[in-house]
Amino acid sequence: MFELLGVPPQALFGQVLLGLINGSFYAILSLGLAVIFGLLNIINFTHGAQYMMGAFVAWMALNYLGLNYWAALIVAPIVVGAVGIAIERLLLRRIAHLDHLYGLLLTFGLALIIQGLFRNQYGSSGLPYAIPPQLSGGQNLGFMFLPNYRAWVIVASLVVCLGTWFLIEKTKLGSYLRAATENPTLTQAFGINVPLLVTLTYGFGVALAAFAGVLAAPIYSVNPNMGGDLIIVVFAVVVIGGMGSIMGAIVTGFALGLVEGLTKVFYPEGAATVIFVIMVLVLLVKPAGLFGRQA
Amino acid sequence: MATIEAVKAPAVATAAAPLLKVRGLEAWYGESHVLHGIDLDVAPGEVVTLLGRNGAGKTTTLKSIMGVIGKRRGSVVMEGTETIGLPSRAIARLGLGFVPEERGIYASLSVEENLMLPPKVREGGLPLERIFKLFPNVKERLRSQGTKLSGGEQQMLAIARILRTGAHLLLLDEPTEGLAPVIIEQIGRTIAELKQEGFTIILVEQNFRFAQTVADRHYVVEQGKVIDMIPNAELDANIDKLHRYLGV
Repeated sequence: MFELLGVPPQALFGQVLLGLINGSFYAILSLGLAVIFGLLNIINFTHGAQYMMGAFVAWMALNYLGLNYWAALIVAPIVVGAVGIAIERLLLRRIAHLDHLYGLLLTFGLALIIQGLFRNQYGSSGLPYAIPPQLSGGQNLGFMFLPNYRAWVIVASLVVCLGTWFLIEKTKLGSYLRAATENPTLTQAFGINVPLLVTLTYGFGVALAAFAGVLAAPIYSVNPNMGGDLIIVVFAVVVIGGMGSIMGAIVTGFALGLVEGLTKVFYPEGAATVIFVIMVLVLLVKPAGLFGRQA
Repeated sequence: MATIEAVKAPAVATAAAPLLKVRGLEAWYGESHVLHGIDLDVAPGEVVTLLGRNGAGKTTTLKSIMGVIGKRRGSVVMEGTETIGLPSRAIARLGLGFVPEERGIYASLSVEENLMLPPKVREGGLPLERIFKLFPNVKERLRSQGTKLSGGEQQMLAIARILRTGAHLLLLDEPTEGLAPVIIEQIGRTIAELKQEGFTIILVEQNFRFAQTVADRHYVVEQGKVIDMIPNAELDANIDKLHRYLGV
């Protein structure tokens, strides 16, 4: 069998696939963070907990209500997004006029509370969530085996990311969002309901996290800590892409997943830290991030 | 320094019922009390200017009418509707269009997106063809990023985008500031055309020579109050007084 740079192709493509899977989650989660940061100027540390809530709502919907995976893909983002809207209305709005740091501290505290509540109720060992029968099995591509569910995760996250990008960059609603991000006072003076946009944007960003959580449920076990573990990496992705940059979040998310996967092949010891090394380098060379605008 | 007489400004200058009636308008930036009781009336179809020195409160008066200032008090009635407790988005929906001093062109939006951004607040906005006739430069630059336009083009875009919304009271804050004489002339012609179309305009201006070419009446603002009102026909006769007010 041929080898690429001394690595068997199955190992290489296997890690590329794993990288793309991780990249899919990085992309959706960093996209949600970027959308929220862009309009609300809030570094939403609750994002990881909201991703975890998405997975849990899918698990609860299945086990308590008998709703399958496909229903959960719709229901969980709506439920968790509604919780997000309540958080924005009741808490975040009150500190909107204060420094970013207050938003970060508030959302960090909320994340700890939410994770604690779920850990108390469901423990830390994780709950199983089966792959939907329509997506079980896989395809033998000759050079590697491609599990159907993993291919679906990549495709679904690409569609959601590009759909979100299109919504924000190419539609009238998106132009309202961009205008409100840039100059909320003037945008409001044109008759546009900016507070409602802020609420819906936060709800949408949170719903994206929940959608990623449902996608993740069959791959990783449904665990109260699943968001906390991931969110630190996702923040690094957002910083590398550029805070608030939509395309930056998507491209950087997928690209860094791939880089991480390839690092696992060629230098496994560096796989856990490569994203943070890149973050440091980007901050030194281009502090606004690869796709961010210089302040 | 010239002493300012505390003249009670005649509130109503025309027989028509005012489109906008402002009484005892006070405003604050944080703790700083900036407006101390502005009184003015604007009749339908009038062009009225606010003249005054730097820091007199002209821009703050426009912002307060539009509701884009932290705290305000008094009365601002637009066509019979009291707006003092309304958010700016609701005030805009009564038919007010605002062009801020810094023009407020969005860098993240194209010229076309900037133009189409403000929602229609009522019927009667100018159709796009008419707007492009008034501002041909805007039409040529539709695909450009908003802030890539020259200062004059940005000013035209800022005016153009409120004309299609159906707003019939336009608040223009120093539309000629920093522009070349040829562009100032063009903006003067545009304001005259808009007046002919029936728009009502409140114009903040430092340049009273320009204001004289377009306005019906001039309110003089000093230290957060209206201290005089001069009909445009009487401006020449009052030129010494105006020079004293403006410190020219």
